[in-house]
Amino acid sequence: MNPRWEAVIGLEIHVQLATRSKLFSGAATAFGAAPNTQACAVDLALPGVLPVLNEAAVRMAIMFGLAIDGEIAPRSVFARKSYFYPDLPKGYQISQFELPIVARGTISIPLPDGGTRSVRVTRAHLEEDAGKSMHDGMSGCSGIDLNRAGTPLIEVVSEPDMRSALEAVAYMRHVHALVRYLGISDGNMQEGSFRCDANVSLRPLGEERLGTRTETKNLNSFRFVELAIEYEIARQQELLERGEKIRQETRLYDSDLNETRPLRSKEEAFDYRYFPDPDLLPVEIQPQWIEDIRRQLPELPHARCERLQHQYSLPKSDAALLTADRALADFFEETAGFPGVDARIAANWIIGELGGALNRFQLELGNSPVGPERLAGLLRRIADHTISGRIAKQVFETMWSGNAGADEIIAAQGLQQVTDAGLIEKLVLEVLAANTDQVEKYRAGKEKVLAFLVGQVMKLSDGKANPRQVSQVLLARLRGRS
Amino acid sequence: MSLDKSAVERVAVLARLALDDRQVAACQSELNGILDLVERLQGASVTGVEPLSHPLDIVARLRPDLVTESDQRALFQSIAPAVDSGLYLVPRVIE
Repeated sequence: MNPRWEAVIGLEIHVQLATRSKLFSGAATAFGAAPNTQACAVDLALPGVLPVLNEAAVRMAIMFGLAIDGEIAPRSVFARKSYFYPDLPKGYQISQFELPIVARGTISIPLPDGGTRSVRVTRAHLEEDAGKSMHDGMSGCSGIDLNRAGTPLIEVVSEPDMRSALEAVAYMRHVHALVRYLGISDGNMQEGSFRCDANVSLRPLGEERLGTRTETKNLNSFRFVELAIEYEIARQQELLERGEKIRQETRLYDSDLNETRPLRSKEEAFDYRYFPDPDLLPVEIQPQWIEDIRRQLPELPHARCERLQHQYSLPKSDAALLTADRALADFFEETAGFPGVDARIAANWIIGELGGALNRFQLELGNSPVGPERLAGLLRRIADHTISGRIAKQVFETMWSGNAGADEIIAAQGLQQVTDAGLIEKLVLEVLAANTDQVEKYRAGKEKVLAFLVGQVMKLSDGKANPRQVSQVLLARLRGRS
Repeated sequence: MSLDKSAVERVAVLARLALDDRQVAACQSELNGILDLVERLQGASVTGVEPLSHPLDIVARLRPDLVTESDQRALFQSIAPAVDSGLYLVPRVIE
């Protein structure tokens, strides 16, 4: 971006709450059921039904509010947001307007320069999701599945406090990690449990007033958020530099073409006619309930990051990587908890080897073929010098594609590190005899040759010799004969 | 503002209600009564009145998070104008 401009970004994140039943009905929320088998009379808006609020959804919203240091409204009201679409059978969505359950929180995100930015959360309110429309193969019709109708969401609305696509992604990741730590959402983006709308505008650097913004809807991956915002920034800059105006509009991101394009204007000409829902009484939240929930909050990412640094002597960067995701941090702590495991080696392996393998096979941590116990079995053999780090990678690959434990693999393939002094001595002598010219060079002062000679001995031992021992014996020999 | 007979009949069609002439007449008079009331309310001064979210001075009772509804798709879809593979069919909403 041309440094004359400053991007101003705010996000609205929709988080599906992990309740068993819906926000206002006793229908199930499980993903993947046959169409309309989890849509009851309330979800279908049949005449005569009344919504009754789910206690767990309120509790989860309060947990989120406490985790972002927000204010929990002692009295909160539900409102009807009216619009017409076939996947919204009531003709309105039950949401919150004037009195949301959470207001004024903050989320700190790390900046590339090592500092942090504090992003203000304007509000987080409870609302119900709509159903799903399918347009393909319906012979000129649209098919409606109302299983999702009435599923509880919190919509988390930020102030326009972010200044780049990367900051927006960092903020979104933070909210994602937070809801997973809290256990209030599975955060599954493929299934739509976590999605976001991005408000983007530009203004000349140093200008206080906000420029005209666009809203890009329904971004369901971190990558798409980044690409869509970058596209919008570039598009708006081009228009502004040509002296044209930005139109305030709703846009859609097309990931196939990597572009955003406007929704037709009639689709956005909304007047939602918000008014308090007469079917629902105001919700009062007693201070005692808030305190009970506060006491039961789990350890949050920031606190866990600090603790991992102290408890396991991890560098901050490793602790931050491991605690970005609750499942990853759990995996690490479970692994490091096995006897004989060096926690720092465990952190390196989980971030490096395991992370790399998961990436290569495009697997989520939960589907990793190597779990904490088997990984710990391997790390224990590195710590007690049974195998070298290099051999360990080989054992790890075998573990990845089978069920055997590290000890079985080491025994079956004869990979134990050679620590037999006699044997190492023999290998060293062989290498020295075969490399007399290199030995001369070393004695002439070229010390780098040592690494080459260690490498030759390791090669001769099929990687199994203990490298530290090899280098000690080599040094003794090289110096002893000067 | 008041509704004539044809407007009531149109609303009935939109609401998928089958009304006979007697019911149309009754609905017309009831709906117009409501519209009259709204018109009178429009004239009232609300300066300094705190917005009321609910007329009853009680608060919501919350429901435990339990699945209490079973699948009644067949029953619910028996009154739907068109269904296919468990989906409700509506006129196509995108072009």
